[in-house]
Amino acid sequence: MMKNPQTVTFTLNGERKTFITRPDEKLLDLLRREGYKGTKFGCGQGTCGACTVLMDGRAIYSCLLYSMQAENRDIRTIESIGTHDKPSEFQQELIAAGAVQCGYCIPGMIMSAEALMKAEKTYPEEVVREYMDGNLCRCTGYEKIWDALQTVLARREAANKAKAKS
Amino acid sequence: MSNPTANFKQVNHSVTKVDARQLALGKPSYVDDFRPPNALVVKMLWSPHAHARIVSMDVSEAEKMPGVKAVLWHGNVPRIPHATAGQGFPEPSPYDTFMFDTKVRFVGDRVAAVAAETEEQALAALECIKVEYEKLQPVFTIDEAMAEGAPIIHDEPDAYVPIPIPYEPQKNLVARVGAEVGDFEKGMKEADFTFDDTYETPYAQHCPIEPYVSLAQLDSAGRIVITTSTQVPFHCRRIVAQILDVPVQKIRVIKPRIGGGFGSKQEVLLEDVVAMFALRTGRPCIWRFTREENFRTGRTRHPIRVRIRLGAKKDGTITAIGMDCWNNTGAYGGHGLTVVSCCGSKVLPLYRCENIHFLGKVYYTNLPCGGAYRGFGATQAFFAFESSMDKMAEALGMDPVRFRQMNHIRSGEGSPIFAALGEGKEGVPMTVGSNALAECIVRGAEEIGWSNRTDWREKTGRYRRGMGMACLMQGSSIPHIDMGGASIKINEDGSFNLLVGATDLGTGSDTVLAQIAAEELCTTTDKMIVYSSDTDMTPFDVGAYASSTTYLSGEAVRKAAADAKRQILHTGAEMLGLAEKDVLCKDAHVQTPDGKQKVSYGDIACYALYQKNQYQIIGTASHVTGKSPPPFAAHYTEIEVDTWTGNIKVLRYVSTIDCGTAINPALCEGQTEGGTLNGISYALTEEYLFNENGRMMNANFTDYHIFSMRDAPRIKAIIVPSYEDTGPFGAKSVSEICINGPAPAIANAIYNATGARLYEFPFTPEKVLNAIRAVQA
Ligand code: FES
Ligand code: FES
Repeated sequence: MMKNPQTVTFTLNGERKTFITRPDEKLLDLLRREGYKGTKFGCGQGTCGACTVLMDGRAIYSCLLYSMQAENRDIRTIESIGTHDKPSEFQQELIAAGAVQCGYCIPGMIMSAEALMKAEKTYPEEVVREYMDGNLCRCTGYEKIWDALQTVLARREAANKAKAKS
Repeated sequence: MSNPTANFKQVNHSVTKVDARQLALGKPSYVDDFRPPNALVVKMLWSPHAHARIVSMDVSEAEKMPGVKAVLWHGNVPRIPHATAGQGFPEPSPYDTFMFDTKVRFVGDRVAAVAAETEEQALAALECIKVEYEKLQPVFTIDEAMAEGAPIIHDEPDAYVPIPIPYEPQKNLVARVGAEVGDFEKGMKEADFTFDDTYETPYAQHCPIEPYVSLAQLDSAGRIVITTSTQVPFHCRRIVAQILDVPVQKIRVIKPRIGGGFGSKQEVLLEDVVAMFALRTGRPCIWRFTREENFRTGRTRHPIRVRIRLGAKKDGTITAIGMDCWNNTGAYGGHGLTVVSCCGSKVLPLYRCENIHFLGKVYYTNLPCGGAYRGFGATQAFFAFESSMDKMAEALGMDPVRFRQMNHIRSGEGSPIFAALGEGKEGVPMTVGSNALAECIVRGAEEIGWSNRTDWREKTGRYRRGMGMACLMQGSSIPHIDMGGASIKINEDGSFNLLVGATDLGTGSDTVLAQIAAEELCTTTDKMIVYSSDTDMTPFDVGAYASSTTYLSGEAVRKAAADAKRQILHTGAEMLGLAEKDVLCKDAHVQTPDGKQKVSYGDIACYALYQKNQYQIIGTASHVTGKSPPPFAAHYTEIEVDTWTGNIKVLRYVSTIDCGTAINPALCEGQTEGGTLNGISYALTEEYLFNENGRMMNANFTDYHIFSMRDAPRIKAIIVPSYEDTGPFGAKSVSEICINGPAPAIANAIYNATGARLYEFPFTPEKVLNAIRAVQA
């Protein structure tokens, strides 16, 4: 079916992998086709954030990126964050706060928060909102997501400070 | 009376949502996550015209396009009138829809569908379908629809409504419903003050982040298995059987996790097409709406014009309430009658009044189709009604809170409206049981600092703050229409399979139902394996709508659990060699009251399954309600108006809620916060913009703005408990009511800030500015 198959090679969740793709295939579609179902389709237009993944540590909309643009980059998806036995800190707090309603937005939220925590050392409210602004949630009113995130960030900020002192 | 909630061990606790972990980990859970690699992709050719007849159509070229496996159009499918609205049977909605028709009635109506190997191939094939249209004069407003000699939108002879209600498609009239209590005109005459105002509410979309998506495939026995993002799996099965003219037996509908619905998925919009393609091709077929399709073709909130006439005496007694509603249902009539009925039935009982007039009319137009949307008519009507209540309070020289406190319905009181207005038939007489509205009003006022509120005439400067409030009610299920079923069976380790037809669409109902089962069975919620909504596996349930799941399906679950518990007690007593009356259930054991002799549920299950007098311990029950107890709420907000730009900023929002016993307080708060923010977003920014051809011009999240984390104000949800004797462990409902408050509360706050009264939302800067200028002029 695919004439002139082309390939793309990138690091996916820590493993270097090569995939067959087409020049017009979006990274989101490639990921989902390859079984990485945690990255969601919500709009395909870069406006909802359900498809958020990390590229070289930065949150991007995988529905906008052509798969070939991932060549030689480092891609991380929700599948690399937490396990049933050991969810990540933020996942744990989201679950505890009752912040996961339909859950469709949640993997994207988690990836944006990962980007935030990777890039920043302190977390003023405005910066946090900036990072999380691209992820729409229609269920929660953001209250419990916000609270869960603040709990994690407060802990990390304290830890970062302690590290800086020692 | 002692507090019955004090002894609860499972309900009234914020236990962890049963599916939270799998969803936070991104495990495959939703329809599209189960797409088989060989699935064909479905795409639809949509009507570019608002109103046109299809004169001719040629799909032969499309059929020959690469990758195309089948094309569906009016020439090759059965023509069966049906309603897409997923409601009880027979539906209170007209059978005015056909899988494919020779006429198109809005921009976004179905023309023809293609199933192909890839999306690109399907899209390419659509371009090869030749259609010749004869354009007809479109109808874009209620006034045009009502006008003498208006174009007839449904002129097909085979449309009809399956229940005995007025339906006059030759006048574009979908339904009419009314109620008269006392003597409205007399009540208006007795009043010292009267108001007569008309309000307009806009189109809006639910915007679940997961768009509509359905997958159909044939199993090895040749049955059609539909995995779909639906709120109504059993109605879906029935309706697809009807449309395809196949027996119900041939269809299985599976509802996996759903990425939000809010009413939009109480509709059968995709399933008939994917099922037909699966039958025709023998291949799995998937159809997922784009975001644009979700806006244009997906269901919407009915825009409604509401006229409120209100009369009151100087002492604050309300002498007359009149409500007239004109509901624009768009091109098809689904939910038209029931939504307009709820404008009256879920709003008018809130205040005592002896003279009430209600009339609701529903009209077709050539615009997108209204459907079920959280709040369901009450949202539209409360905006109008609670705005007029504020106007009346001011005329009386009374604090708006005080005026409402004087007049709101109390526990033990009824309203003639309950009996007069049902959904497609008469309602059910009812007195209100639990009612903590009085406390909601007080708690909310304290939280927002209502006593600091000042008159708008005292305010100056560019930025002016204002406070507003609104009181609300809703219902809990549709009495004598809705039915829920549940069954529960025990496993060797004392865990239970809880099978429910009730449909968790992200609300957390699986968790709430598990808590109810665990409470009744004296075990813990983590022992419940919940499976919801698979028409082959679970008992029937009407589905997730009308705020029914906790109250109605919850009681079915409680009864099923009680049934299982009787069996557990029986076998446990047998094992202990005691009489049933001498033992009880406690902490997953059957034991003597002193606890000296006991046997665990796991051992009881093993005994019953393997050892002696063997049988499966399994409880089953159904539930139908005779009541629809209203939850109550008082909403308060403080806003800031930029009087130069008309921009509104919501500074604080307080949502109190009396939902009876909160089975899971954290989830109740989540429902309240989410519904409230949706309501705020609707009040301030959401609307459909149409061009002169009736085409929606802002069908994406950039131009149709829903609130993000940066836009969202802090919302304080306050649960004010009450105990509803007819509900499971005292519960009523929570999900819908909260969306009704923001539009009126913010409208009232705008008035309090500026003296400008808005009769139409969203409250865009332009509208606000015009209203402010009118005051200043
Ligand atoms: S799917 Fe990529 S932003 Fe919405
Ligand atoms: S939890 Fe449903 S969209 Fe966020």
